[in-house]
Amino acid sequence: MTAHHKMDEPDRRNRLDAMAQGIVGVGMDRPDGPEKVSGRAVYAHDGQVKDMLHGVMVRATIAKGTLLGIDEEPVKALPGVRAVLHGPRFLRNPAQGAAGEAPVQGSAEIAYFGQPVALVVADTFEQARHGAQSLALRYDEAEATVAPGEAEAETPEDKQSATGDLDAAMRDAAFSVDRTYTTPPHNSAPMEPHAAIAEYRDGKFTVRASCQMVKYNLDELADSLGVDAADVHLLSPFVGGGFGSKLGISAEAVAAALAARELDRPVAVALSRPQVFEATMRRSETRQRFRLAADADGRLTGVGHEVLVSNLPGETFSEPATQATPFLYRGENRVIGHRIARVNRTCAGSVRAPGEAVGVTALEIAMDELAQAAGVDPVELRRRNIPEEDPSRGVPFSSHMLEAALDDGAERFGWSDRPKGGTRNGEWLIGCGMASSSRVNLLNDSAARVTMNRDGTALVETDMTDIGTGTYAILTQVAAEMLGLPPDRVETRLGDSDLPKGAGSGGSQGASSSASSVFLACERLRCEIAERAGCAEEALTLKDGHAISDNRQQPLAELLQEPLSAEGVIHPGDAESRVRQASFGAFFVEVGVSAVTGEARVRRMHGSFAAGRILNAKTARSQCLGGMTFGIGMALTEELMHDPRDGHIVNRDLAEYHVPVNADVPQLTVNLLEERDPWTNPVQAKGIGELAICGAGASIVNAIHDACGVRVRDLPATLDKILPGLPERAGREG
Amino acid sequence: MQITLNINREECPLDLDPRTTLLDALRNHLGQCGTKKGCDHGQCGACTVIVNGRRINSCLTLACMHEGDEITTIEGLGAPGALSALQGAFVRYDGFQCGYCTSGQICSATAMLDELREGWPSHVTKDLTGEAALSDAEIAERMSGNLCRCSAYPNIVAAIREVAEGEG
Amino acid sequence: MKPFDYIRAGDASEAVDAAADGATIIAGGTNLLDLMKHEVMAPGRLVDITRLDLKRIEDMDGGLRIGALVTNSDLAADMRVRRSWPALAQALLAGASGQLRNKASTGGNLLQRTRCYYFYDTAMPCNKRAPGSGCGAIGGATRLHAILGGSDACIATHPSDMAVGLTMLGAEVEIMGQGGATRRVPLTEFYRLPGDTPHIETVLEPGELITAVILPPPAAGAQTYRKVRDRASYAFALVSVAARLRLEEGRIAEAALAFGGIAPRPWRDAAAEELLCGEQPSEALFVRAADTLLQGAEAQEGNAFKIPLLRRTLTATLSQLWKESSQ
Repeated sequence: MTAHHKMDEPDRRNRLDAMAQGIVGVGMDRPDGPEKVSGRAVYAHDGQVKDMLHGVMVRATIAKGTLLGIDEEPVKALPGVRAVLHGPRFLRNPAQGAAGEAPVQGSAEIAYFGQPVALVVADTFEQARHGAQSLALRYDEAEATVAPGEAEAETPEDKQSATGDLDAAMRDAAFSVDRTYTTPPHNSAPMEPHAAIAEYRDGKFTVRASCQMVKYNLDELADSLGVDAADVHLLSPFVGGGFGSKLGISAEAVAAALAARELDRPVAVALSRPQVFEATMRRSETRQRFRLAADADGRLTGVGHEVLVSNLPGETFSEPATQATPFLYRGENRVIGHRIARVNRTCAGSVRAPGEAVGVTALEIAMDELAQAAGVDPVELRRRNIPEEDPSRGVPFSSHMLEAALDDGAERFGWSDRPKGGTRNGEWLIGCGMASSSRVNLLNDSAARVTMNRDGTALVETDMTDIGTGTYAILTQVAAEMLGLPPDRVETRLGDSDLPKGAGSGGSQGASSSASSVFLACERLRCEIAERAGCAEEALTLKDGHAISDNRQQPLAELLQEPLSAEGVIHPGDAESRVRQASFGAFFVEVGVSAVTGEARVRRMHGSFAAGRILNAKTARSQCLGGMTFGIGMALTEELMHDPRDGHIVNRDLAEYHVPVNADVPQLTVNLLEERDPWTNPVQAKGIGELAICGAGASIVNAIHDACGVRVRDLPATLDKILPGLPERAGREG
Repeated sequence: MQITLNINREECPLDLDPRTTLLDALRNHLGQCGTKKGCDHGQCGACTVIVNGRRINSCLTLACMHEGDEITTIEGLGAPGALSALQGAFVRYDGFQCGYCTSGQICSATAMLDELREGWPSHVTKDLTGEAALSDAEIAERMSGNLCRCSAYPNIVAAIREVAEGEG
Repeated sequence: MKPFDYIRAGDASEAVDAAADGATIIAGGTNLLDLMKHEVMAPGRLVDITRLDLKRIEDMDGGLRIGALVTNSDLAADMRVRRSWPALAQALLAGASGQLRNKASTGGNLLQRTRCYYFYDTAMPCNKRAPGSGCGAIGGATRLHAILGGSDACIATHPSDMAVGLTMLGAEVEIMGQGGATRRVPLTEFYRLPGDTPHIETVLEPGELITAVILPPPAAGAQTYRKVRDRASYAFALVSVAARLRLEEGRIAEAALAFGGIAPRPWRDAAAEELLCGEQPSEALFVRAADTLLQGAEAQEGNAFKIPLLRRTLTATLSQLWKESSQ
């Protein structure tokens, strides 16, 4: 039994609200929690098998050129070394998200410093690591382009747009902002480095890897190996964080599989932390010019957003920094520009909320500058500029919660009672800032199978992943709700390519897409049960393992002669084009800036978010904490530094690439607003994992300005950028 | 070389390359993969274990230097169905998301609470010779050697605070 | 990591003999193993000294004798240190993480190597790692680098917080050579500036072992350690200041200053200290001291901010001590 549903029309039934179990939305503990807190959850490199060999990748140490030769023999002669591999199937860089096919392959052509070009396999990790470090590579070095500002830039026609006359709007504006903002490259830095254990037996591969999107990764891996997808079994039940960096298959998984086949032994390959920095994905640096034109009341008449990003030659992805600009605020005169510099730097790809994470951040700093210019409260300025409909496409919003989020956040934070900017607390200057948040809402094809057993348990199966996002919890909850079972009677199995193809985790569509597929499967099961109970599905109540209809109650087990199974499949449809779908939120933050050193620290931060139906209040809140903290990192500390000469990533470790530590993050508060958006999907859930980063950094940068008058337009706001704007004498007052 | 390690109160004989770190000995030679490798250079804390009652980064120490030491890993603190107080609190407060840093966080927190009990000051302790208060700032500073990219930090602090207060 | 022989020293003389024979001493290992994994350091033989009896903190001549194997944690937690040498406790607690401090030893901390990105990356030129290969940092990324004491060959900084505190406090290093004889070297003379030989960092001779650090008796006045960094915790210093001021009848009678994050060694400047002595404290005076300190500072594009940052941090630190002394 398979139930398909395509989202062409709004689904206003809100079926989950009609269910009786009362578990959806509850802040239930993660069912996978006990395994994780006790070290029993099996991540990619934990599924160690007998007779396993260890492989360590070797990088290129030039920015561009041809690999002429590899001195294999001295390394092969080292104790324990089994093989040195390289060749046309090695990945130049990971596949981009949802590619479903191999990325550029081959060790011979080097396109960036740090490109993985070989694998040394040995009996032990220690032997393999030393072998890899000893491997000498010979190159024919070519002249590289490493600075985006000096590179040739492409201007793809489909990424440019203009309506009205922005130049005129700027000329006629009562208030305007014309500023350029820059954001540096970022690394996702998941705590689990990319890793894989591959086995090859009877012509088939089994690969345990750390993957966000198994259905695409399976095809990417098979294509990279040159085999049929049917001959690859990919397992990714636990993923130690991804944040975009594990969207596509990466070098270690392909290398491990190639080695396993060649050596007829299981092979484990984990990237070292420097290799994660150099050889997975970075978020492109951005250079963003904003032009905002406003009338005397601060109402926008024009919005221009022109960006320069970069990537390797041939990569289709380019940081979509303008993604939310077309619809976030009003204004009839609009320009969108997007240029891509081709550089020899580590591949650019998705890092949490590609596009809005940096695009909305720059926009929200510009809006703060406009608020200041117009003398309008920053919250009020945004309220005045909420459009009636998508101003670029002329279609209605499916649901619009920005105003609600602004009002709710302002009240909970105490915006109207905030300390005056520049208030002293010892040497600390206190300031507050805010920003809007928005992220486009997506839906992806997703399938799941749900099986009801006679013992009153149910099994949910999909190759969907849980990268910390709470998938195990929410799919359990949706099935428990729909089937009237206590959640401990429902088991969810994920991350196995033999299971129905789920959406995968990426782009904040995973929860809503996969939950919809489980919903559809359960709905189908409910129809079957209703038939057996002799009632209509709508009249059937399932609760605590019982079916209730027409005042009759009977145990579900009595209605099941054998296990009952159904598959649900959700498909995106016309809803995408008929309406503009987005999630919204607002950030409010208080910072302290040291009048002595320029160090900026977040003192408190609040986020109010609307993301449709919240499937689990606890895990949804945690997703928001994570996003807000990414915002703290983006605002204050995170910056990949490229050497100006060869483009190599200088700070390729966690000591010098500064992700926020515990002490950087105060007790954040989050409020999730009630929303039912019928256009999104049958469970009315929207993306939340990325919403809370989009604009978060801007609220902090705006607060820094409020605190000390320094407007930072080049992120991150490290002290060296704040110092020059501080008064000469820090003073002893206060 | 032949060594014996005492891990979670069990004697484990091993034949190791001297280069093997305690972390790699646990993972690659004893199959105890609860202890995680996040950076292998003492920059993330995912590999934290407790040796003779003190938390350390198992990636930055050689296994052969720990003969005779009492080594406790996450597996030794509790198991599903028999979680330690901190492990239980981490579940209830959602003190993790992806879970990869969690073993290290919990080993670190377990030993950190002992440090607090012994009156050790921290970078944020105002009065170096007085007693450190169990504030969020104290917990956050003392836990800053454990990175969490999912940023469950506020929940981690809350979970630790609950356990610490329950003891006090 | 290259293969090595591992031996465990039973006593100090065994360690010294092994070191004289070319072995590298390992104690906490938190920096050595880090570097060995990258093959930045590649000893063929390691001598483990962790079982030696060098873990005591003893009263000595009114001061303290800190065994070389005392961990950073134990030293920071010692009530004598917290009470009488608070700047040292503060410096220790500002360094690294709880886990690292539990392993890192007093002797090892003094000998930790620079965090220069180019030193750490074996694909890059580095005169400190590979003498004669050039300096990758000059013309590259220099956020971590020195503004004082560097040379054309090397602008790397010494990363220790503890050593800055100890330098300000006038500590000495107790060193044992072959035959068991010991010598004492003031910390101010322990480190060498890079010049043309940045790979030679200290006055330690081959075969010498740090056995202890000697703290002189507590000095009067107010003292503190202030660290400025990019994160709130678990980050190396951009600049740091260890300072002590003693006021007498409204004038500065004694001043001791040391600085981290700005030079190849914990930096001490006698001229800046002398300028303060005998004067009435004022912010203007402190700025003058900072200017004296920063005379001859040479910055790259990426670390020029350290000049105003250090000036401001020193001024504020001295102001704070002045305020404390006046209360």
